[in-house]
Amino acid sequence: MKVLVPVKRVIDYNVKVRVKADQSGVDLANVKMSMNPFDEIAVEEAVRLKEKGMATEVVALSIGPHQASETIRTALAMGADRGILVKTDQTVEPLAVAKILKAIVEAERPDLVITGKQAIDDDSNQVGQMLAALLGWPQATFAHSLELAADSAKVAREIDGGLQTVEVKLPAVITTDLRLNEPRYASLPNIMKAKKKSIDEKTAADLGVDIAPRLKVLKVSEPPKRGGGMKVESVGALLDRLKADGVI
Amino acid sequence: MASLVLAEHDNAMLKDATHKAVTAAAAISTPVHVLVAGENCEAVAQAAAKIAGVEKALHADAPSLARQLAEPMEALILSLAGAYDAILAPATTTGKNILPRVAASLDTPQVSEILKVVSPDTFEHPIYAGNAIETVQAPAGKIIATVRTAAFGAAAEGGGATLEKITAPADPGLSKFIGEALSKSERPELTSARIVISGGRGLGSAENFKLLDSVADKLHAAVGASRAAVDAGYVPNDYQVGQTGKVVAPDLYIAVGISGAIQHLAGMKDSRKIVAINKDADAPIFQVADYGLVGDLFKSLPELDEELAKRGYK
Ligand SMILES: Cc1cc2nc3c(=O)[nH]c(=O)nc-3n(C[C@H](O)[C@H](O)[C@H](O)COP(=O)(O)OP(=O)(O)OC[C@H]3O[C@@H](n4cnc5c(N)ncnc54)[C@H](O)[C@@H]3O)c2cc1C
Ligand SMILES: Nc1ncnc2c1ncn2[C@@H]1O[C@H](COP(=O)(O)O)[C@@H](O)[C@H]1O
Repeated sequence: MKVLVPVKRVIDYNVKVRVKADQSGVDLANVKMSMNPFDEIAVEEAVRLKEKGMATEVVALSIGPHQASETIRTALAMGADRGILVKTDQTVEPLAVAKILKAIVEAERPDLVITGKQAIDDDSNQVGQMLAALLGWPQATFAHSLELAADSAKVAREIDGGLQTVEVKLPAVITTDLRLNEPRYASLPNIMKAKKKSIDEKTAADLGVDIAPRLKVLKVSEPPKRGGGMKVESVGALLDRLKADGVI
Repeated sequence: MASLVLAEHDNAMLKDATHKAVTAAAAISTPVHVLVAGENCEAVAQAAAKIAGVEKALHADAPSLARQLAEPMEALILSLAGAYDAILAPATTTGKNILPRVAASLDTPQVSEILKVVSPDTFEHPIYAGNAIETVQAPAGKIIATVRTAAFGAAAEGGGATLEKITAPADPGLSKFIGEALSKSERPELTSARIVISGGRGLGSAENFKLLDSVADKLHAAVGASRAAVDAGYVPNDYQVGQTGKVVAPDLYIAVGISGAIQHLAGMKDSRKIVAINKDADAPIFQVADYGLVGDLFKSLPELDEELAKRGYK
């Protein structure tokens, strides 16, 4: 069974972004970039499936600039077998990402695609579902645990009310939630080994996908700031304040 | 033309998230229709017909829709899509699961978690955990968006929409519901409660986490948690507030033993008043708190509980 894992290069989750003064976007110059945390979970899950003998090959794919190959290298160091970089310097919206993934799926014929549930930069939470729709595949989003069989997958999903378990036929798209696993750190020998693994480079044009943005970004602004607060000395003083504010 | 709102419900009760999405829809395109899809959910459809400003409630009832799985829901919405120039869903796990499928099949981009309708084709929505607000204009054609419910007021009751039964297309048969484990609670729901009290890693154990209960009961508050508290197994996943959990904006949010990571703030910083109880005076949560109590929560929480009792909160 072949597993495809799309991995996105995003701003590191520890960095607080700053909005550019001209409101054209956020400032990404000299900011630490990492693999989207949900995609690390996806890579980990795929590698575990391989270690259990259920998956035969794990392919990591990223759509982004030249530096996205570093993100693919991270996936390779975690245990993915090979990489594909779809190189572009443009912003690629979720729908276009899904279309590129569809073209790759048609060429690679994986049985399972595991994406993150959301990219922590655009916070869209769309690509996995869109890909499943474009392929006519079932989806199991927000995966909390995964039990894989030869032609189906049983997935417990994190939903607003608790957990819901669904069974989907393969091939399918699964998107990861936080509790699916704890991703490993790549060991030094594995980082060395990853340098020898191959990364195939393509462009959206090679795949015949139009990635021109469809949404027009008019501006990116700062969220409203909260006024400075105060420290209170006691629980009694706190309740007095809350009462005066009319919230209790 | 018109806009279509996907109703949030559990076959028995219509959720308030629907009313909020209706408010957003009314600012985009009228008349507003609400789609109630489920099994034996007639009462929900009737409730949807009573939302003010709704012209029609569409009721699709079928065993395949009982759990609103994404694949049959996509087929159903696509069968209706032609009549609408906007399709919206509350940004709940149900809406987030279904709507991008619809968008992709219609070759239309989706705008996630709209906070504000600037004009019928232009929206504000959060990116980077809410540290930036993006204003986007959708291309000509259909508008497809999920609605951040905390950002919109609920449409009132008292409407008199017509109720129309519709037939669901055949189940694509790709997925199957196996079971669910839902958290049961007598407390208000996190996303609609007026007061929320949340605990973090500082609570230290599932046992200690229960210290929040007595205060929550007295204030009729919902109980939430940070990711660290959920990961540590103190409470189930559906308690998580934050960038990747639930987004809340109650009148009062009380954060206990929570440091205030960016990802947590993303889910609560639009609350009207924020209280933080933390023993570390430099914890980032104090930067967004209106009132900060620096101290050991194992001392402050029982004190708070007692003081509330003294003041007649039961
Ligand atoms: C992809 C991703 C998504 C995430 N999504 C979310 C999300 O949706 N929601 C979320 O909450 N987090 C999320 N996180 C995690 C987030 O980064 C933080 O790790 C998390 O919020 C920390 O939880 P905490 O504040 O409970 O724990 P900590 O950061 O460990 O803070 C514990 C606090 O308790 C205080 N404390 C300890 N003992 C006491 C005591 N006795 N009395 C008083 N105070 C005490 C400490 O001073 C400290 O400030 C996400 C992270 C990633 C990478
Ligand atoms: N540029 C990209 N390259 C590779 N994978 C991506 C890219 N953008 C999104 N994805 C995948 O889609 C998931 C959801 O992203 P989004 O819908 O943008 O929140 C991510 O967690 C990734 O797995």
